Amino acid sequence: MNTIQRIVVLAKQVPDTRQVGKDAMTAEGTVNRAALPAIFNPEDLHALELALTLKERCAGASVYLLTMGPQRAADIIREAMYRGADGGYLLSGREFAGSDTLATSYALACALRKIGADVIVAGRQAIDGDTAQVGPQVAEKLGLPQVTYAEEVVNIEQGYLTIRRRIAEGIEVVKAPFPLVITVNGSAPACRPRHAKRLMYYKSARCRSELHAAPASFAAQRVAAKPELEIIEWTAANIQPDAAQLGLQGSPTKVKRIENVVFQAKEAKCLTAADEELEGLIQELMAAHTIG
Amino acid sequence: MANFFLDNKDLQLQLEHPLMPHIIALRERNFAERDAYNHAPQDVEDAMNSYRLVMELAGEVCGETLAAHAESVDHEGPHHVGDHVEYAAGTVANLHAFHAAGLDGMSLPRKYDGLNFPLVTFVMVNEMIARADAGFQNVWGLQDCAETLNEFGSEEQKERFLKRTAEGATWSMALTEPDAGSDLGAVMLKATWNEERGQWLLNGVKRFITNGDGDLSLVLARTEEGTSDARGLSMFVYDKAWGGVKVRRIENKLGIKGSPTCELVFSDAPAELVGDRRMGLIKYVMSLMNAARLGISAQSVGTCEAALREAEKYALERRQFGKPIASFMAVSELLAQMKAKTQGARALLYETARFVEIYKQLAAVAKERALESEERQEMKFYNRLADGFTPLVKLFSSEYANQTAYDAIQVHGGSGFMKDYPCERIYRDARIMSIYEGTSQLQVVAAINGVTKGIFLEQIERYAAEAYAPALSNEVGMLQHMTEQVRQMVARVEQLDKEVAGFKEFHARRLVESIGHILMGYLLLREATQHPEEYLASARIFCRMGAGKVAEAYTVVTTSDEEDVALYRRA
Repeated sequence: MNTIQRIVVLAKQVPDTRQVGKDAMTAEGTVNRAALPAIFNPEDLHALELALTLKERCAGASVYLLTMGPQRAADIIREAMYRGADGGYLLSGREFAGSDTLATSYALACALRKIGADVIVAGRQAIDGDTAQVGPQVAEKLGLPQVTYAEEVVNIEQGYLTIRRRIAEGIEVVKAPFPLVITVNGSAPACRPRHAKRLMYYKSARCRSELHAAPASFAAQRVAAKPELEIIEWTAANIQPDAAQLGLQGSPTKVKRIENVVFQAKEAKCLTAADEELEGLIQELMAAHTIG
Repeated sequence: MANFFLDNKDLQLQLEHPLMPHIIALRERNFAERDAYNHAPQDVEDAMNSYRLVMELAGEVCGETLAAHAESVDHEGPHHVGDHVEYAAGTVANLHAFHAAGLDGMSLPRKYDGLNFPLVTFVMVNEMIARADAGFQNVWGLQDCAETLNEFGSEEQKERFLKRTAEGATWSMALTEPDAGSDLGAVMLKATWNEERGQWLLNGVKRFITNGDGDLSLVLARTEEGTSDARGLSMFVYDKAWGGVKVRRIENKLGIKGSPTCELVFSDAPAELVGDRRMGLIKYVMSLMNAARLGISAQSVGTCEAALREAEKYALERRQFGKPIASFMAVSELLAQMKAKTQGARALLYETARFVEIYKQLAAVAKERALESEERQEMKFYNRLADGFTPLVKLFSSEYANQTAYDAIQVHGGSGFMKDYPCERIYRDARIMSIYEGTSQLQVVAAINGVTKGIFLEQIERYAAEAYAPALSNEVGMLQHMTEQVRQMVARVEQLDKEVAGFKEFHARRLVESIGHILMGYLLLREATQHPEEYLASARIFCRMGAGKVAEAYTVVTTSDEEDVALYRRA
C-alpha cells in the first residue's frame, strides 16, 4: 500500500494538572478530577497537528480522532474537528473503566483494527499518568513499527515516512514503512487554532449518548439533518474484545502506595553575579542532571 | 491562557444587545443560506452562539499570539527590502494565526468565502487586536477596503478580489499625497486610459499609506484631465502582482511601528476602475473613510482597554508607604476615570456600529429588491444616526485613547517613563489615533451639522424617554440639565453666527463634545440599568465628569461674544 488514506490520532481527555490547586488531590491520594478542568492532553494536540499536516500532503487522506473515556470525552473529538479532523470515535462504557495502560492499549488496538489506519499518531504521554506507554503498546499489539518522540514528517515516499525525532542526545532522522505508529514530542509544532467555519458547523457534533440525553436539542436536529455530525460511539461490544483483557480486569497495574511529595527547599545558596560563580552553578546543575 | 473576549464582560454584554436579532435577520436575509453553507446559522440563537464562539476564538488569538509579539514587533518594525515591505517576524506570525483561525474576510458574504458576520463583531475583533497590538489593527483591519469593493465593485471584481481577502490577502487604501492630506480633493495621482493595452495606468506619488505594500489596494486617482477638484477623481483597485508600484520609503514613526507607512511611486501601474468614473471621492471614499473611522475608533477603544489594564495591574502591585498605590485616592480617581472613559467610548462605539450595520444592510437589500416604505424610513433613520455618530465616536475614542495612555504612564510614575513597561508603547501608539482618518478637528467639522440640525438632540430625547433604574435618578437629572445647557448654547451660537461669520465654527468643538458627553452618559445609564454590577460606578462617574465638561463649555459659550472670533484668529 503506497498511499495514506486514513490517519488516526489517539488522544486523551485529561485533568489539567498544570492548574493544580490545594484541592487537586482527594484525601485518598488520587487525582480529584472534579476540581480540575478537563482538557485535551497537550502532547496529543501536537500529534493532531502532525496528523493534519500529513493529511495536507496526502491527497484524499482523512484524520480521525480515537479516544477512550466517559461521554464528556466527546469534547476533545469536537475540539479536534474544530481544528481540522474529519471525525472521531469515542470508546465509552463501564467495561473500559479502571483501565491501566495495558488495558487501554488493548481496547484502542481492537478499535484500530476495526477502523483500519495507515498512520496512527499519538502524543508522547498524557499529563495525568506520564507513562508514555500507550502509544508503543498499541504498536506492539498491532504488530506495527513505531517511531517515538517524533517532531516532523520530513518526507513521504513509496510506502515510507521519513521522520525527525527528538532524543536525549539531539535529533535523529529515521525512515519507517507505514502502516506505523508515531508518538509525538512536545517540541513538535504547536497545534493550529480552531477554524471559525469549522467551529460554527462542528459545534453541533454529538455522540450517541449525548443525543440520547438531549433528543430535542438544536444539536440533535442538526445531526439528524447532517449525519456526518455524528461522532461514532462504540461500546465494548462494537470492537469484539476478549473481555478478560478490558478495564480493571485487564489491568495488572496495582498501586502499592501513594506518597505526597512536598518539595521543600531547605538550603539556599547565595551567588554573586560573577561569571565564575555562575559557571560553577551550571557545572553543578549539569552534574546533577538538573539541566543539560 | 489569556483570552481578550472572555476576560472582558463589557465586550460580551455589547454582543448581547437587544438590536442583535434584528441585525441578524437583516444580515442573514431571513436565513436564506441556511441550507447552502454548513457554517451558515439556522436561526438567531444559532447565529448568536456562533458569534460568541468565534469572538472567543479571536480573543484567544489576540490574548495569546498577538500580545506575545507586540513588543518584538514594536522593536523590529517592518523592513524596506528592494522596492517592497517585509513585515516584522511577529507580524507575519500574527497574520498567519488570524488566517489559520479562519477569521479573514469576516464580514464578507459567504459566496466570497467570508463568514457574513455583522459589523459589530468585526469591530469587536479590531478592538481586541488593538488591545494586544495597536499597529496590527492597521494591517488586519484594512480588510474593510474589501467591504467597500463589495459595495461598489463589479460582480467579476468581487469574485476575484473578495475571495483573495478570505485567503489572507492584506489591503491598503492609497488616498493621501504630499499635497493632499485632509483635502483629498487635491489628489493628483494620474490615471490614463491606455488604448493599446486596454487598461488604466496609474502614475504619481502617494504618501503616508498605511500597509502601502499590501497585496491589494484601493487607489484614488485623477481620471479627468484638466480638473482640479473632487469631481475629477475615480477609484481603482490595484493588485501588487501586477507590478508598477515601488515603495520608496517606510516612514520612521513615533508609534504603531509594526504598521508599515509607505511612500509609493506609481509608474505605469495597471489598475482597474471601481464603479463609475468621477465618483471616487464623492461617493466611494466617503464610504471607505466612514468604515475606516469606525476601525480607528475600535483601535482607540482597544488602546483605552490596554492602558486601563496596565495601570490597574501596576497600581495593585506597586506598594508605597506600606500599601498598594491603588489605595491612594489620587491614583484611584485616575483609574476610575480611565474606566469610565473606556466604557463610555465602548458604549458609543457599538451603538454606532449597530446604526451603521442596519443602514448598510438595508442599503444592500435595496440592491436586491425594492424596499417597503417602512424599510426605506428605517434606512434613512439609521443612515442619519450613522453619519452623525461616526465622527463623534472617532473624536471621543481617539482622545480617550490618548488620555488613558497618558494617565497609565502617570500611574506608573517614573517606571512608566522607562522602556520597561508596555504603557510607554501604548502611549506612543495612541498618539496617531486622534490624527489619522481625519483629525479630531475634522471630526468636529463632520459632526457639527448633527448638532445644529438636531440629529443628536432628537436621539438624546429618545434616550431620555427610556426607563432608568431608580438608583440613577440623580444622574438622569444631571443629563437633563446638561441637555438644557446644550440647547441654550446651540441657540446662542446659531444666533450670533448670523451676525459674526465663524462664530459657530469657533464653538463647534465645545458643542460637539457636550453632545458626546450626554450621549455616552445615557448609554452608560442604559447599561447600568441592565447590569448595575458592571456599569453603575462608571455611569455615575461619567455623568459627573461630563457635567463638569458641559458646564465649562457652557461658561465659555455663554460668555463669548462677537469679538472672540477676531480675538482667537491668528491668520
